[in-house]
Amino acid sequence: MPVWTWTGLKAGKAATRWPQRGPDGQDGVLGMPRWGPAACRTGCDACVAACPTGAIQVNAGKAEVDYGRCIVCQRCVEDCPEGAMTSSYDWAFGVRRREDLLWKEALDSRVGQDLGKRVARSLRRSLHIRHVDAGSCNGCESEIGALDNPFYNLHRLGIFFTPSPRFADLLMVTGPVTAPMHGPLLATWEAMPEPRMVLATGTCAVSGAPMDGGYAGGSGLNALLPVDVWLPGCPPNPAALIHALLLLLERMPQRVQGGRYGAG
Amino acid sequence: MSAATTYNDCALRPLRAADLPAVAQDCVTAGMRFQMAWHDWVEGQCVVRYLISQGNRVPFLLLEIRGEETLPSLAAIVPLLGWYEREMQDLGGLTFTDHPEPFPLVIHEGFSLPRPPLGRAGAEGRLSGEYMPPTMPEVQGDQVQDLYWGPIRADVVETGEFHYSYIGEAILHYHPRLFFKHRGLEARFVGQQADAAVFLAERVSGVGSVCHALTYCQAVEAAWGIEVPPRAQLLRVILAELERLYNHFHYFGLLAKTTTLKVGSATGFLLEERVKQVAGQLTGSRFLRSLLTVGGLRRDLPAEHLASALENIIDEGEAYLTRLQQTASHLDRLMGTGILSKEAAFDQGATGPVARASGLDRDLRRDHPYAAYHHLRFAVPVRAKGDAMARSEVRAESLREAIALLVQASGHLQAGPVRAPFAVPNGEQEGLGWTESPRGSLYYSVRIRDGRLKRVKIKSPSFSNWRVFPLTVHGTNMMDYAINEASFGLTIAGCDR
Repeated sequence: MPVWTWTGLKAGKAATRWPQRGPDGQDGVLGMPRWGPAACRTGCDACVAACPTGAIQVNAGKAEVDYGRCIVCQRCVEDCPEGAMTSSYDWAFGVRRREDLLWKEALDSRVGQDLGKRVARSLRRSLHIRHVDAGSCNGCESEIGALDNPFYNLHRLGIFFTPSPRFADLLMVTGPVTAPMHGPLLATWEAMPEPRMVLATGTCAVSGAPMDGGYAGGSGLNALLPVDVWLPGCPPNPAALIHALLLLLERMPQRVQGGRYGAG
Repeated sequence: MSAATTYNDCALRPLRAADLPAVAQDCVTAGMRFQMAWHDWVEGQCVVRYLISQGNRVPFLLLEIRGEETLPSLAAIVPLLGWYEREMQDLGGLTFTDHPEPFPLVIHEGFSLPRPPLGRAGAEGRLSGEYMPPTMPEVQGDQVQDLYWGPIRADVVETGEFHYSYIGEAILHYHPRLFFKHRGLEARFVGQQADAAVFLAERVSGVGSVCHALTYCQAVEAAWGIEVPPRAQLLRVILAELERLYNHFHYFGLLAKTTTLKVGSATGFLLEERVKQVAGQLTGSRFLRSLLTVGGLRRDLPAEHLASALENIIDEGEAYLTRLQQTASHLDRLMGTGILSKEAAFDQGATGPVARASGLDRDLRRDHPYAAYHHLRFAVPVRAKGDAMARSEVRAESLREAIALLVQASGHLQAGPVRAPFAVPNGEQEGLGWTESPRGSLYYSVRIRDGRLKRVKIKSPSFSNWRVFPLTVHGTNMMDYAINEASFGLTIAGCDR
């Protein structure tokens, strides 16, 4: 027997069965910081000053957190004197509506439960993805590439990457959309047959942060394409990517509503 | 202020632009090698600097030209400077006379800017990118086919456009068109607080997060005279070598994929995944981000038992590399593929495993030690042939050395602080940082005034190796192209910045 076949057989299966059961492979990986406004002291803006991307702002004396701009750098956690910002393992942050990444004091329960438009029936069995790098740092590509490694083995979920936009159901965009990538990205979208969906992958694609505002970077997919799922994270880990894909197919629930983890 | 000690221990040599070609020729004749060139505007005056390596353990030489915005191009004498000069033309608004390739490099037709983004303050004149013909000579004939591939290509890959002219399988000419991903990172640093901008350095190249952050921190530490505590120095080595480990496993997974060795490819990517999972458990980040800071590390790491956490990966990694080296079908595709001669590697600026595979014995960890590398023992593998086989051999040995370094460094760890206290000084300081990243030499130059960054120059290894790569494609064939590209281990994000 050829040596590689033998070693492959001997190694056995490496794939996790997550999310049914088994490990997700993200032990110890830090996610978005949690905000406990009850612990906040009025007038302190240590977290606002610490945040390099403007994800935390103070408006009319009240802090607001936009997880769509969070790059998971944990500086607000380090600098908060009261422990109102705490580090967490909350990484499954994909949401259907961009507003769900904004921390809201009071949740509108009716809107909060609405998961947005239903997925077309034709897309629910298998999914083909066209990935476009619109100026990322390659961190997202590294994690998207990891989905095909034997541990995550994305094919087991009926999800595949395709080189042709004509065969693609989903456009997966990374990066803040740089000026030269604007045209090619829209051309790819145009080439896709309907029904077509869009996944804004990583904080850059969600809001442009921290690459927005310069002469070369755009502000992500905001107002550029109709986005079906927003997935911040810098970069989102492979389990977060799988969660977002299954959320898109309505095979997993949304975990975040009103910027708060644990909903759904 | 003594000019000679401004930048670390660099020997500074002020020049007039007119004397530049003669001095550059002398440097090349003496066997010195240019590392990078960049421009800056100090109090409205243009300053252009050339960083030159004079030899192992000898301080770098810095040529400096002040007050001149039109310089003679050195591309004919030092070919590797061609891209640096074009970048300074695009971003800084400088002029280099008699440049052999006077085309825009960084600025695409999508850009339209009121002035060069790193140009003179208050300067006028619009800058519009336009696509100028690159260095592709015109080839014609019934049998010649032109292929424009990109910027969006098959599979999950980075954005770039490749032009080929070929007959049948034989490639006549090849030209990569990059900088679609140019995010203007050097300009983005300007105005940031120098002690807080590490997050940007970590996002220049995702799979080089540690080395970019470390190089940036070392540049600021050099500018501010900060001594990093020994425990942090060792932990920095551990982070850098963990990054090398997962990058190299990825490299072999990709290389095996191009030689259609499916199990070999899956094994490489699985080993990469397992190193990333160890990294996640150790640091909270699969890319080892959010740890490095100016003065040391943001928090301590329990890395004492790293060797036992890596035990299985070490055993399987060794068996994997051995098996690859015994697979005739794999080796057969690598031997003689994409040969890069020593002369071309030197002239065009090849760096890292690519340079070492072509006989250039250079490694910044050994030649200009930083962090704790001068306390550690490691070998620098070198090969002479310069083909894909030599590049993969150098990577394999480098992977084994990374493991040895991880075991060594974690064994040397002793309790102690991981962050040096410092006060942000007023006034102006400059510093240079360098590391040997998994792909080769990485440099950051910083100028800081009153704690804020005024100019940051980033030279990434892929910027050099992308310039070299086309030389190994001309005259080869389409079937070998993917193998050759994988054997270079290139990234685009670091090159485009």
